[in-house]
Amino acid sequence: MSEKKKTTPLLDELEKGAWPSFVKEIKKEADRPMVKDLMGVLERSYEEHIGHWKHGGLVGVMGYGGGVIGRYCDLQEEFPEVAEFHTLRVNQPAAWFYTSDALRSLCDVWDKHGSGLTNMHGSTGDIIFLGARTEELEPTFADLTNIGFDLGGSGSDMRTPSCCVGPARCEWACYDTLGACYDTTQHFQDELHRPMFPYKYKFKFAGCPNDCVASVARADMSIIGTWKDEIQVDQKEVQAAAKNGTDIQKEVCSMCPTGCIAWDGKKLKIQDDDCVKCMHCINVMPKALKPGKERGATILVGAKAPIIGGALLSSVFVPFIEMKPPYEEIKELAEAIWEFWGEHGKNRERVGEFIQRVGLGTFLEEIGLEPVPEMIAHPRSNPYIFFEDELEEEEEDE
Amino acid sequence: MSATERKTDIGPPHYEKFLPEIIKKNYGKWAYHEIPQPGVMVHVAESGDKLYTVRAATPRLMSITSIRLFADLADKYCGGHLRFTSRNNVEFLLTDESKIEPLKKELGKNGFLVGGTGNAISNIVHTQGWVHCHSAATDASGVVKSIMDELHPHFTSMELPGKLRIAFACCLNMCGAVHCSDIAVLGVHTKVPVIDHNELPRVCEVPTLVSSCPTGAIRPATVDGNKSVEIEDAQCMFCGNCYTVCPSVKINNAESDGISIWVGGKVSNARHEPMFSKLAIPYLPNNPPRWPEVVEAVSSLVNVWAKNARKHERMGEWIERIGWPRFFKVTGIPFTKQHIDDFTHAGETFKRSAQLRH
Repeated sequence: MSEKKKTTPLLDELEKGAWPSFVKEIKKEADRPMVKDLMGVLERSYEEHIGHWKHGGLVGVMGYGGGVIGRYCDLQEEFPEVAEFHTLRVNQPAAWFYTSDALRSLCDVWDKHGSGLTNMHGSTGDIIFLGARTEELEPTFADLTNIGFDLGGSGSDMRTPSCCVGPARCEWACYDTLGACYDTTQHFQDELHRPMFPYKYKFKFAGCPNDCVASVARADMSIIGTWKDEIQVDQKEVQAAAKNGTDIQKEVCSMCPTGCIAWDGKKLKIQDDDCVKCMHCINVMPKALKPGKERGATILVGAKAPIIGGALLSSVFVPFIEMKPPYEEIKELAEAIWEFWGEHGKNRERVGEFIQRVGLGTFLEEIGLEPVPEMIAHPRSNPYIFFEDELEEEEEDE
Repeated sequence: MSATERKTDIGPPHYEKFLPEIIKKNYGKWAYHEIPQPGVMVHVAESGDKLYTVRAATPRLMSITSIRLFADLADKYCGGHLRFTSRNNVEFLLTDESKIEPLKKELGKNGFLVGGTGNAISNIVHTQGWVHCHSAATDASGVVKSIMDELHPHFTSMELPGKLRIAFACCLNMCGAVHCSDIAVLGVHTKVPVIDHNELPRVCEVPTLVSSCPTGAIRPATVDGNKSVEIEDAQCMFCGNCYTVCPSVKINNAESDGISIWVGGKVSNARHEPMFSKLAIPYLPNNPPRWPEVVEAVSSLVNVWAKNARKHERMGEWIERIGWPRFFKVTGIPFTKQHIDDFTHAGETFKRSAQLRH
């Protein structure tokens, strides 16, 4: 261990200030040699303006291909304690609910086997155990499963699904996001732990169009709650909101994207067949307005970050679906997508990119979904139509 | 341990084990919620039951010491029940209203700010950076800490026109999927990777490496007798995908790596459909430990938006109303060639009408 690197003046600067400090967090575990060396490596990065971590190798737990990210330091001689500094992704409970006892039992496992540093939580939603030696991976996994936890996804597998707080604490939840997330996670355990896709595949379950888990931007399959019937209006509460200072004309009616709300000073009228379920009016007056009673979800497919073909938002595949256990339609749709993409997708090609390459029309045909106008912003404006199938049929008729 | 004892594929624990009684009783039967003060929400059930939530910021990188502190606070104030949010906040779930203030006080004493509700800046979602990542163009936690040390008054109050979501990613892989945020802070590489031709044949597969390049800039080549690759410099857009599949194509560069700033994205469907963030500032230098140029740029964007946006208007909706020329004028950000898209769907971003403000 390096005696020279005991001082960390640059990192110490980040202990100051009002916002909670990650440096203070690291220092809380700094009696561990591993964490001392982590401080040393990080201080070096702050001095040199460059990272000191190498690519992951093939590390993991027996029988799983995912859940562990291998990480090695490129300054191993100077900082031997972090020569191996692997990450374990631990599948979080749905909607990140814990009891104090569950949190303590997780801490005890990590206290015994690793750095004592975590992310609560990683970007995909897992509990992240940050920094373990290779020899500690299998014992950590054994202790984790003994307290009832399992690893999450990594690499080209189904990644750990996540969901919003949903019906556990939100009046806007249009379906049971926790139930659907848990059920999907359990059903696809094999796909989660054993990478067999062209690339990653993410599920995110959002209870309403506010999309608090950013599913439309981040999930290969975004399941966003919505409703079919009328917004529930409590006229007395609308009047109360007006009395309490909400300028209903300005803040609600004039900001409605389809102009389907009118307010005459006494009564709120909604032209529901023009409503696109954007949530704005409901967000502004949560006591007066609620989503309708005929609830379900819209399924969208194909979001991703830029690497490599450019960022994509998910696009509509199923405009409305009832969300009831055991969620067979969602599982069948996912499996149909995996089958076609699994066979024809290129290495590291997300399903959204694959759809762009083969064409949405072809993709729908292959997975057995009928095209509907809700899937598009507008029909094609170029005349390069593939009439291939129709022509072949005509020839056969002749 | 024998193989029969080894448990696998058990999945996460069932969430019901962790829900407080009040939630089990009122699951799916919440009537409405209110935000009585910044960082505190009350959810009222159809039964009349009230659940109080106290939300506090975490630095995302958490020690088990602090997690155990949260567990102790949960025991002391709310029967051991707590959760985390999708933006790295911790939420304590209380049924006793009188315990809100003592809990807030104790969180404050331990350095965890309470807030992030309503028209506020919530916690910044971010990536690993130099703490743990091989492809990071900058640190993550340090930039986020520096930005929020400046902006925290907007976390602990609710005086902004609308919600403002900031996200940070330390390279174009965007593990934080920052591309739909009101303000996205993104680490960028700006120089063509340097190839280690001696190492490459030993650690990389050339065909995989060649096909990893989205612009086809990488070609197989024999260099000094090594079966390696060459890069067509003019075609490289510094995405780093090659480095992810082959460590010998070294893209990290201490001198030229830096930070870009993007604006106007959102994921919610409220009013406007979800939008991507668009480029505001192509490059700012990496300047640890406090990144003053980045902090200044982000604060300035927040201030201009806060001053000019209408109530409920997100950054992107405000920009759409006033138009991009005026955005660059009021922010004072120089418009450059780099702001003009030249990737796959570039043409869709050109202005193709005479509808301009003069």
